Amino acid sequence: MNINDVILKTVSKGAVLIILTFGIYLFLSGHNQPGGGFIGGLVIASAFVLMFLSYDSETVSDALPIDFKKLSAFGVLLAMLSGIAPMFFGGAFLAQSFGYFNLPIFGKTELATVTVFEAGIALTVVGVVVNIILSISEDE
Amino acid sequence: MNNILVLPMLLPIVVGVLLIFLRTYGRIQAWISIAAMVVTAGTSIYLLHTVQADGILRLDFGGWEPPFGILFVADSFSVLLVLTASIVTAVCLSYALISTSKELQTMYFYPTVLFLAAGVNGSFLTGDLFNLFVCFEVMLLSSYVLLTLGNSKRQLREAIKYVSINIVSSWFFLVALAYLYGTLGTLNMAHAAERVAEVGQTPLLTTISLVFLVVFSLKAGLLLYFWLPGSYSSPPIVTSALFGALLTKVGVYALFRIFSLIFYHQPEITHTIIGIMAGLTLIGGSLGAIAFNDIRSIAAYNVVIAVGFMLVGLAIATPEAIEGSIYYLIHDMVAKALLFLLVGTMITLSGSSKMAGMSGLMKNYPLLGWSFFIAMLSLAGIPPLSGFIGKVLISSAAIDSGSYVLLALALLSSIFVLYSLLRIFKNCFWGETIVSKEEQLPLRRGVLLPCLALVVLTIGIGLGVEGLSLYVTDAAETLLNPSTYINAVLGIIQ
Repeated sequence: MNINDVILKTVSKGAVLIILTFGIYLFLSGHNQPGGGFIGGLVIASAFVLMFLSYDSETVSDALPIDFKKLSAFGVLLAMLSGIAPMFFGGAFLAQSFGYFNLPIFGKTELATVTVFEAGIALTVVGVVVNIILSISEDE
Repeated sequence: MNNILVLPMLLPIVVGVLLIFLRTYGRIQAWISIAAMVVTAGTSIYLLHTVQADGILRLDFGGWEPPFGILFVADSFSVLLVLTASIVTAVCLSYALISTSKELQTMYFYPTVLFLAAGVNGSFLTGDLFNLFVCFEVMLLSSYVLLTLGNSKRQLREAIKYVSINIVSSWFFLVALAYLYGTLGTLNMAHAAERVAEVGQTPLLTTISLVFLVVFSLKAGLLLYFWLPGSYSSPPIVTSALFGALLTKVGVYALFRIFSLIFYHQPEITHTIIGIMAGLTLIGGSLGAIAFNDIRSIAAYNVVIAVGFMLVGLAIATPEAIEGSIYYLIHDMVAKALLFLLVGTMITLSGSSKMAGMSGLMKNYPLLGWSFFIAMLSLAGIPPLSGFIGKVLISSAAIDSGSYVLLALALLSSIFVLYSLLRIFKNCFWGETIVSKEEQLPLRRGVLLPCLALVVLTIGIGLGVEGLSLYVTDAAETLLNPSTYINAVLGIIQ
């Protein structure tokens, strides 16, 4: 089945870029504004799903050699480790801290440890969603 | 603040996630997961002693003080259950190591069991109702996976029923949480308990408590057990053993916690209903246990009887009865795992789960036969095994409080337990040996070791009641004096 889907492919090339940017924005703005790892992860996952839909899964898998099962496991691990880390500094499990730093380009920026936790969640969500879509599509 | 409190949930999760990366190494996975559960059990022994020394412990996640954040609370009751659950999981995992097929081992079986254990331990330890819901979901999602692993048609059919009934009950759980939050403005257990005590348990609150009763009855198999026998008797035997030992007990734990900590002001309504439901469960379970010829169904109905029995203790709610229920809860986790593992071994050996398909197993496998005999006596409540003390305490409490109907049902159900298992023992172990000595399947080496460990445990609990009584008495006291729990949670930060 080889339908001529030039329009879909061309549009999704641009759209994937926009969706990914928006997803990363949502993810980074998460802990103070609406957004966060879960929603950001869902948006990023939808970009991946769009790629899988418009191109066939072999092409995308070649370009993105990621095992999404392991990606979600890694995400959980990252989130857990960010919870465990404060236990070694005398804090409670899942305790978070933040500070303001002067970075070269961004100027005064807030950096928070909760971002690591959110990153874990985002990776888990991306892994799980893409994995579900792929396992459904593999079944004939 | 005591970070060790989170380990019984954290350790299985972290180890389970790491095992996902070791997918192809079945045996290594098994050893690592057994080690994780043994360490978890060790942690809970430590916690149990700390609770005796320092009183109830709590851990505020991320340093958010209650009632604003979520927290884990460890009192003797929850830690005793965490300890038993961890030991039983470790034993079941070692049975899986010896007996389970290679395919199952590489299909994320061990990580899922560890996630299940994490959910169970989390449900025991959490001090927040919404967190309880989350831990229930962790446990249930793992149980969905375990139930469908193995790929047989019957499993799929039962899994569909099991998943739908649990999704419905989870939805009820959410609705009940929403009602409670709308009424009290809090989901922290201690805070909710304090507020209910302040405003009095109005009819509205009693109704909400009944919604909780329905939810947890579905999970525990109290009266609403119609889904249980099918789904507990279809998956691989290790999975059934884990389900039979752990899953319903979490529902029972939740019932005990909710109706002793938060909704204990109207016992003439709530506890009466629990008593009626427990009585009906005993009757239904007893009928089921003697009605079937499939030995796995008989074992599954025995789970139902035990649930009814434990809740007789909650319905009576005197210190003696609660103590009895706690003893029985601990005993039942061990004894049910033992029963399911033995029944599974019998099915593997004879290739049939029908009683007619086996006879005279005693001649070929005497050790198996005598293990089953001990399991049977323990479940029926014969001294000095572990089932005895719980039955005695609940019965004497029932006499003291004049609940003669419940007493009669509880004692009759014990006879039915004995009869149903004796029937298996008589038909399968006694009689003519169908299989000759040459044709018999050899018992795989070491397959009885986990069962023997549980046999030793059930004898040990029975004989060592004296040592256990310190903790159980403390657990029952905390359950009956909610103020101890509330003060520990809402008191000054340590």
